Amino acid sequence: MQKAVKPRARTGDSIYSYWFLVPAFVIFIVFFIVPMVISLYFSMTVWDFESSRFVGLDNFKTFLSTYSMSIGIKNTFIYAILTSGIKVILAFFIAVFLTGKIRSKNILRSIVFFPNLVSAIAIGIAFKALMHPTNGLINRGLALLGISGPDWLGNRNIALYSVIFTDIWKGLSIATVIYIAGITSIDQSYYEAAEIDGATGWQKIRYVTLPLTASSRNTVIILSFIGGLRSFELIWTMTGGGPGFATDVLASIIYKQYAQGYYGLSTAGNVIMLALTAILAFPLQAFLNRKEGK
Amino acid sequence: MKERSIKRTIAEIIAWFVALVVFILPFLFMLLNSLKDRRGANKLALTLPETFEWGNYSKVLTENNFQVLRAFKNSFLLMILSVAVLVIFGAMAGYVLQRRSSKVTAFASTLLMIGLMIPASILPTIWVLQALHIYQTLFAMVMIEAALNFPFTIMLFRGFMDTIPRELEEAAMIDGCNKGQIFYKVVFPLLKPVTSTVIILNAVTIFNDFTNPLYFWPGTQNTTVQLTLYTYLGQYSSSYNMLFADVILITIPMLVLFLIFNKKIIDGMVAGAVKG
Repeated sequence: MQKAVKPRARTGDSIYSYWFLVPAFVIFIVFFIVPMVISLYFSMTVWDFESSRFVGLDNFKTFLSTYSMSIGIKNTFIYAILTSGIKVILAFFIAVFLTGKIRSKNILRSIVFFPNLVSAIAIGIAFKALMHPTNGLINRGLALLGISGPDWLGNRNIALYSVIFTDIWKGLSIATVIYIAGITSIDQSYYEAAEIDGATGWQKIRYVTLPLTASSRNTVIILSFIGGLRSFELIWTMTGGGPGFATDVLASIIYKQYAQGYYGLSTAGNVIMLALTAILAFPLQAFLNRKEGK
Repeated sequence: MKERSIKRTIAEIIAWFVALVVFILPFLFMLLNSLKDRRGANKLALTLPETFEWGNYSKVLTENNFQVLRAFKNSFLLMILSVAVLVIFGAMAGYVLQRRSSKVTAFASTLLMIGLMIPASILPTIWVLQALHIYQTLFAMVMIEAALNFPFTIMLFRGFMDTIPRELEEAAMIDGCNKGQIFYKVVFPLLKPVTSTVIILNAVTIFNDFTNPLYFWPGTQNTTVQLTLYTYLGQYSSSYNMLFADVILITIPMLVLFLIFNKKIIDGMVAGAVKG
């Protein structure tokens, strides 16, 4: 039979056994935390999966001094900053529109949202075809307007921006939906008060909606920034890092070095990505949260 | 007033036009071209097929010794098993993390925070899998998907636990439930709304995942649907009809899911994103 319930057990923590944490955390630690920790060691070695030779910081030096790899760091920055920056602005206006007094907003919201459920590979394939230099729909559309469109993915000066455009197309949906949630949770009385004060539609957006969606905005920035730092799938499908190394980012270099058997360099790339995330994303989040708290 | 409503209608029409061109057109384009013959599809034009080649679809499914069909089986298996692991163990962890506050739970939460932000360390993970002799197995793949999605999942469960009163658990304890029964009979059923969010979010993420199977589950027998897309991109770069037919086939499960759970998915994504 059950033992008498001790007073400690009723109010205390003992019914919430730590054993409940064990399965999830064993999996998480073995397959995520442990690899993360040993990556610090392997990034300083020349290794295959059987043996390793310690070489200190040589991999990092090679990575940073070889053009085909260091360009990845620059591109990763451009990618993360542009995708998060543009999404956060565009999505705001789409969300303002979709929360306005329009009749078909539910269908429109669904249309905007759907790309989020389609895999990056599928979207990459679609846009690769749409951006085809001669047959692609984009350049045909431009031709109708008398503009001769560039080779979107073949020109090394614009290829990265073409992929960034596609990333924004795909990621706008989730950003918009986060903003919609933020906007619909704003108390209507703010708008009524603004109306009594004679605010115009634009002023209401500027002085009510914009400041009161700060937490949505921060979420969008952080999510798309972190996503941008590790982006791989769209780039890999659309350009494979080319032409040349023009669209290589850290994640694609990690894969290329791995495929060529340079495991130490690949791991070093992984550690650089980890470090960038830690150096940039954590302070960014702390900064945004502090601003939000004010 | 009347002028405003006209303006609004015009804005709405423009919005529809933009939505159709920007968001619908790419899918319509792929659908139409997936039904053309090879020469027709390679023109990449937005026109109706001259003859509807439905055979493209069965060809995609049976090609390379039923590779795509096998990929569907693998992807669904991976998705179902990983989601099951995530829901059961994730709910347990979220429950205790929210109910207790101690050094242990604070440390656990810090680990999860790291997991949310930091990307996976790929090659060292392969090293761990090889050391455990499970590299290139479905089991390893499930563990990886679980490990990578636990932080997010546990945070969602932990957040939702806030809304469940402790009194229920205490009452259950007085009624003679043990710790496990309290959780599975009392708490877990109450988590249903967040459980469905967790299921949908993880199902979509894992079904659409390309990078992790690429690294951790190589081999022709193990292929997943996203990997077949990538293989097709190389193999059928000059047969867009086959490529697009594969894209459409693989998008259908997500489309069905979306048509059924539209609102649930959108709400879930928001809840997920905001909590994360």
